[in-house]
Amino acid sequence: MKRRSLFLISAMVFGFAFLYVPIISLIVYSFNKSKLVTVWAGFSTQWYGALLQNDQILQAAWISLRIATLNATVAMALGTIAGFVLARFKRFRGRTLFTGLVTAPLVMPEVITGLSLLLLFVALESIIGWPSGRGFATITIAHITFSLAYVAVIVQSRLADMDESIEEAALDLGARPLKIFFMITLPIIAPALVAGWLLAFTLSLDDLVIASFVSGPGSSTLPMVIFSKVRLGVSPEINALATILVALVAVGTIIAGVAMLRSQKVRERDVQMAAADN
Amino acid sequence: MASSTTFSTFEPWKDPAEKPYVCIDRVTKKFGDFVAVNDISLDIYRKELFCLLGASGCGKSTLLRMLAGFEEASSGRILIDGMDMAEIPPYERPVNMMFQSYALFPHMNVSQNVSFGLKQEKLTGQVIKTRVEEMLELVKLTQFAKRKPHQLSGGQRQRVALARSLIKRPKLLLLDEPLAALDKKLREHTQFELMNIQEQLGVTFIVVTHDQQEAMTLATRIGVMEEGYIAQVGTPTEIYEFPGSRFVADFIGSVNSFEGRITVDEPDHVIIRMLDQDVDIFVDHGVSASPNARVWAAIRPEKIHISRTDPGQARNVIRGKVKEIAYMGDFSIYLVELAGGRTVRVTQPNLRRGDPERITWDEQVFLHWLPSSIVVLTE
Amino acid sequence: MTTRGIPAVTGRIIRQAESLLKRAGLEGLAIWLARRVRRVRHLGRNLVIAIPYAWLLAFFLIPFVIVLKIALSDAAIAQPPYTPLWEWVGDQYLNIKVNLGNFMFLVEDNLYWKSYLNSVKVALVSTVACLLIGYPMAYGIARAKSAYRTILLMLVILPFWTSFLIRVYAWIGILKNNGLLNNFLMWLGVIDSPIVMLQTDFAVYLGIVYSYLPFMILPLYANLEKLDETLLEAAYDLGCKPARTFLTVTLPLSVPGIIAGSMLVFIPAVGEFVIPALLGAPDTLMIGRILWDEFFGNRDWPVASAVAIALLLLLVIPIVILQHNQARNSEANS
Repeated sequence: MKRRSLFLISAMVFGFAFLYVPIISLIVYSFNKSKLVTVWAGFSTQWYGALLQNDQILQAAWISLRIATLNATVAMALGTIAGFVLARFKRFRGRTLFTGLVTAPLVMPEVITGLSLLLLFVALESIIGWPSGRGFATITIAHITFSLAYVAVIVQSRLADMDESIEEAALDLGARPLKIFFMITLPIIAPALVAGWLLAFTLSLDDLVIASFVSGPGSSTLPMVIFSKVRLGVSPEINALATILVALVAVGTIIAGVAMLRSQKVRERDVQMAAADN
Repeated sequence: MASSTTFSTFEPWKDPAEKPYVCIDRVTKKFGDFVAVNDISLDIYRKELFCLLGASGCGKSTLLRMLAGFEEASSGRILIDGMDMAEIPPYERPVNMMFQSYALFPHMNVSQNVSFGLKQEKLTGQVIKTRVEEMLELVKLTQFAKRKPHQLSGGQRQRVALARSLIKRPKLLLLDEPLAALDKKLREHTQFELMNIQEQLGVTFIVVTHDQQEAMTLATRIGVMEEGYIAQVGTPTEIYEFPGSRFVADFIGSVNSFEGRITVDEPDHVIIRMLDQDVDIFVDHGVSASPNARVWAAIRPEKIHISRTDPGQARNVIRGKVKEIAYMGDFSIYLVELAGGRTVRVTQPNLRRGDPERITWDEQVFLHWLPSSIVVLTE
Repeated sequence: MTTRGIPAVTGRIIRQAESLLKRAGLEGLAIWLARRVRRVRHLGRNLVIAIPYAWLLAFFLIPFVIVLKIALSDAAIAQPPYTPLWEWVGDQYLNIKVNLGNFMFLVEDNLYWKSYLNSVKVALVSTVACLLIGYPMAYGIARAKSAYRTILLMLVILPFWTSFLIRVYAWIGILKNNGLLNNFLMWLGVIDSPIVMLQTDFAVYLGIVYSYLPFMILPLYANLEKLDETLLEAAYDLGCKPARTFLTVTLPLSVPGIIAGSMLVFIPAVGEFVIPALLGAPDTLMIGRILWDEFFGNRDWPVASAVAIALLLLLVIPIVILQHNQARNSEANS
């Protein structure tokens, strides 16, 4: 009964082609000699050179990377706590509101989040004088706010899958809750934390709308610079940049995937060997 | 009833004129390198309740799934009512199956689940309604018709699954561990219900189970499976009293087997010298084994008598010391240690309450048995 | 004693105090004391809850209150460019000025109505298109052999990790008049002169479907992968053919996945800004873009805030559906 229908196979081929043709076209044309992006004029890597000369892009990339790293680290910490609270504290005052606050940023249109955060920063500045002006700090805070929600959801679902009796066993053996969290819970959910960190990093690196609202002069992020460039039409430098980003992500994903497959295989083999011992 | 007049009991497999209803003909199933079912041939007759018995992973479920049409045989043929089932998809086979997990549709209530099979045929709503009502009555679920599966107890779900698989009035019903998910009391009760329904409807049942008790209670015949092979086919009595191999003897109930050599080999009796004891075993029937061959004399624990006094016989008696006694209520298990350290398992019914004469720990005892109680096994 | 630290010591003292009080006949006081103490002992736990809670209150909930406040004020040429909602007049009078004008403006001006309706229409059509493309893909992945499944799933997620902006930008190169698609079609001889595809509604639909397809596939996959295959076998066994089995068993059981995927596409698509800005015509009316223009173009913060509030109200229903669906899902799993 495992025969897959022709329809299903063609639907999948079409679907994956749809997902990948645009990305592949970007990569191909990043090696195009012509400035007219869609006319092929021979192989060249000149746009990569041009990209490396472009201070505006490099500076924006540097800002974006710094924000993304800081954001991912703080969001991972806060998001882990929030996910832990959601998964393990079944009853406390204001839990419903808390659940809503954690999940709402996931679905909130970016324009609303961006606008509301900007208005908050403006109001704060006029009341307490901080933040004076907007830029690095405000973008980071804004990014943490929505990234932490993603981390929280990942951690929560990982904790929900985890056997709670492991923690209870540690409790039974005399460990105190805080110690259990660091010695038992954290190591077990570590893969979820890594995934959360990477996701938060990517989300931050990818965000245009929210950053546009809460950034100030001199703190344009990479997406903001790309946006202002591509609004004017296609640009071969952006193609080169896109290719670099895609390559980084692809390499990262492949490494992660291979590691995952390998550990899965090792585990399967271990289970088989353990079963054979019986 | 097609059985011949020479047999008063239901034993169609002994009647050469009877045609098998299900014919499994040299069927093999491989998953990659793994051989799940290895060259099995089996005939099952109309109105039989046939049990496939074996440990998990022995291939019994795979065999059942091939009958249902979920797996294709790698080689061999399956005939149902004389028709070759190859290339016939499950939805066109005259067979229904009751799944181990019950596989009740969670989004449908009891009566929708039960009527599902009928809705696939071109029947009027009235006919469907009547037949569903009849069926729910049969399995005593009428009042639960509107409930969803998750609102039912395990036993009720089991009955829904049974009703759903019977509603199309199949000639052959396949049951995959039908009682495994029920607790012990309910399981015993349901066994008899299942047999009643089978008799009432005259359906052929093939039941897969790992529970020997269940197989013994239900089956007209049992097929004991081991690693893809059929080890033995026979009635429950045959399987228990005349196991064909050490595996079957061991798998069904418990058994003491003594390794030995045949010293006297006559057509009407044999004598076996036990290897590790100074004991001769006298068997009152002939054995098809080469003289001087290595054999195992197998005896069931309940067929051994235990006594303080010497029964005064030269053969079929061993001395030992009681090491362990387990009180099981209706009977007790004695583990008796022989010279050399091996133990023999003996069971005795508890006929009297608080018997003061009862044999107790560390007593020297004699174990003895009748010459007819021994089964001689060569492998 | 020392290893267990303060809680153990206090615990012992409290227990002694309790039994003393009970012996003295002050049972009520003993219970009260026990309750107080337990609350103090929950201090650590409360602190754990308080950290993320405070962050989300400060940077997520309060900003919305501020948006609401500004939506009710007047635009002004000032820094910040709106009038305060309340003022002390003299010493005793609190002067509260609530300006509903911004909302009236949204209702009266056709532009807003049209853009709201158009946003919903675009989001709906894109959601349906995502479902039609995503369902067979999710189904195919869920039914693939487990070795392939991991790879196929990775292929769905991979674009999601690359920059959203760049993926949308890629379509400009494809859809332009002298872009890939037009060149390809002309080479095939299907068309003689380029079709205008960029800066049309079609391009916006395409961009949204393309960007949000993974959001549709992943929850659907998660649902379909859990589908118990014996249910399908049971249906076949009862005489149901594969196509009908899909309609009567698979499809109804995947409804939670369909809802989750659809909401995850619909909700952000309604407020989408980047895709209409890059691929749509200058006059493509999408509410996210209107908000952006009000804010950055017209610098009318109160109207932008009112647009945001209205957009939020529009999304309350789908968000509630999504939350409800997720809650029911996690309940069914436990």
